[in-house]
Amino acid sequence: MGTSAPVLRLDGLGWSVRGVPIVQDVSFEVAEGEFVAFIGPNGAGKTSLFNLVSGIHPASHGTLHLDGADITALPVPARARRGIGRTFQTSSLWPGLTVAEHVRLAAQAAAGPGASYRIWRRADRYRQQVEQTLERTGLADRADDVAASLSHGGKRKLELAVLLVGEPRLILLDEPMAGVSAEEVPALVELIRSVHREQGRTVLMVEHHMDVLLGLADRLAVMHHGTLLALDSPDAVTADATVQGAYLGEAL
Amino acid sequence: MSTVVLLACTGLGLGALYFLVASGLSLVFGLMDVLNFAHGALLSVGAYAAWWAATDGHLGFWLAVAFGTVVGTAASVLLELVLIRPLYARPRDQILATVGVGLALPALLMGIWGSDARPFPQPAALSGTVDLLGATVPVNRFVLVAAALAVLLLLRLFLARTRYGLIVRAGVEDRAMVTALGIDVRRAFTLVFAIGGAAASLGGALAGLYFGSVNPSQGTGLLVFAFVVVVMGGTGSVTGAAVASVGVGLVQQFANYAAVPGLGAAGLGDLSVVVLLAVLLLVKPRGLTGRLA
Repeated sequence: MGTSAPVLRLDGLGWSVRGVPIVQDVSFEVAEGEFVAFIGPNGAGKTSLFNLVSGIHPASHGTLHLDGADITALPVPARARRGIGRTFQTSSLWPGLTVAEHVRLAAQAAAGPGASYRIWRRADRYRQQVEQTLERTGLADRADDVAASLSHGGKRKLELAVLLVGEPRLILLDEPMAGVSAEEVPALVELIRSVHREQGRTVLMVEHHMDVLLGLADRLAVMHHGTLLALDSPDAVTADATVQGAYLGEAL
Repeated sequence: MSTVVLLACTGLGLGALYFLVASGLSLVFGLMDVLNFAHGALLSVGAYAAWWAATDGHLGFWLAVAFGTVVGTAASVLLELVLIRPLYARPRDQILATVGVGLALPALLMGIWGSDARPFPQPAALSGTVDLLGATVPVNRFVLVAAALAVLLLLRLFLARTRYGLIVRAGVEDRAMVTALGIDVRRAFTLVFAIGGAAASLGGALAGLYFGSVNPSQGTGLLVFAFVVVVMGGTGSVTGAAVASVGVGLVQQFANYAAVPGLGAAGLGDLSVVVLLAVLLLVKPRGLTGRLA
């Protein structure tokens, strides 16, 4: 890394609510194809940082660049169109729509702002794109089931499928294992790994399962009280005494 | 037996009318959380436009109905663009604005054509009766039912098969997430208003056929029952609205027939609809359907 321009660059990014700083002076760069995992205690500002990057919260300080372009002032839909895709801690799906319909809607959205409203094209124009994405995410056999009928793991997969069909530049995963049963975790980890390794996607992920992260992440970012405490290789971070004290507590 | 058949056909015709008003109302509320109290006035606009086209305009019946539908659709789109759209962040003002339009439009119609009911020209082909299982049923009941079935079928095809329909269905469930994907949902709002206005004004034009006349307060009167249908069917559900419309129409007709002479003509029918609503909400608080179909 370091040779090409970073996909994402944060410079002194901060967010305050009524003068109370939630995220403070966070600066880092993420290179193309990199996987950065965010850890830290509850309330450390991990999700708030993701909200700043995806545009849900406006930055109070600092700037944000995607592929070299300043996106600090852009609203959520504009950032989504530029290639920032994210999932949420809580499942964010349309319960009554089928699995295939979710992916089709995302494909429509990704085709451009006007594409959804060109009435003369058939709705199944995206069929191939939808099929490929469902195949990739292991949801092909559930295509016609409504989202409400999926397991937690299946819902997480579907959220990923909705993201992936838009071919995002940058993927933000906020606790993708939350609520997923233990036996479904390995398949989900494998899916995230393939998204990163085989498709070369740039991924930022918040996760509490350290064992999951150590096999996935290129770098670990430790957040504490809204600041970035450390950002280094997993080995270096877990060996760091400050980090041990702040978050990890007991030995790994 | 023949009385039962006649009452059932009349109830179905009335239910069809309710559905034409309620389907748009339900979609508009389901997608946008807009309680459109002007929806009944759109029916009156369609009714008067069709009546005007059939009398002063000397158009044939079907052309007059088409004209009424077009005028009502245009009025609905205009209402969304001019009055509803600037107020999306202010739901209370939005409700007040639609209530205002709901009062002003009938008043305007009254100002131009008077408050008396105007006889609606009945085409010869539709003014006859049909013998059905021993009952003599007016043909216009079937026209209404056929129109409502066609609208139901078209709406379901639209929702299930088109890209707009997919956006509308997703928007009814979670609008913010559709926006998060980068889709401009407001364009779907205008379209849904157009569809709702078209169905209501078609209902208005056909109401002239059903009641034999048009009057300025017709739409507002039907709107009350359309709201009952929306609540019973589940907001945002077109199929739920269809089932609830049939239920309300039938119950009202049969209760009216059984009315005690001293109670007034329509009293028991309207009362029974309220009782039906109360019972349904006790048994199924979220309406007939929890989700859009």
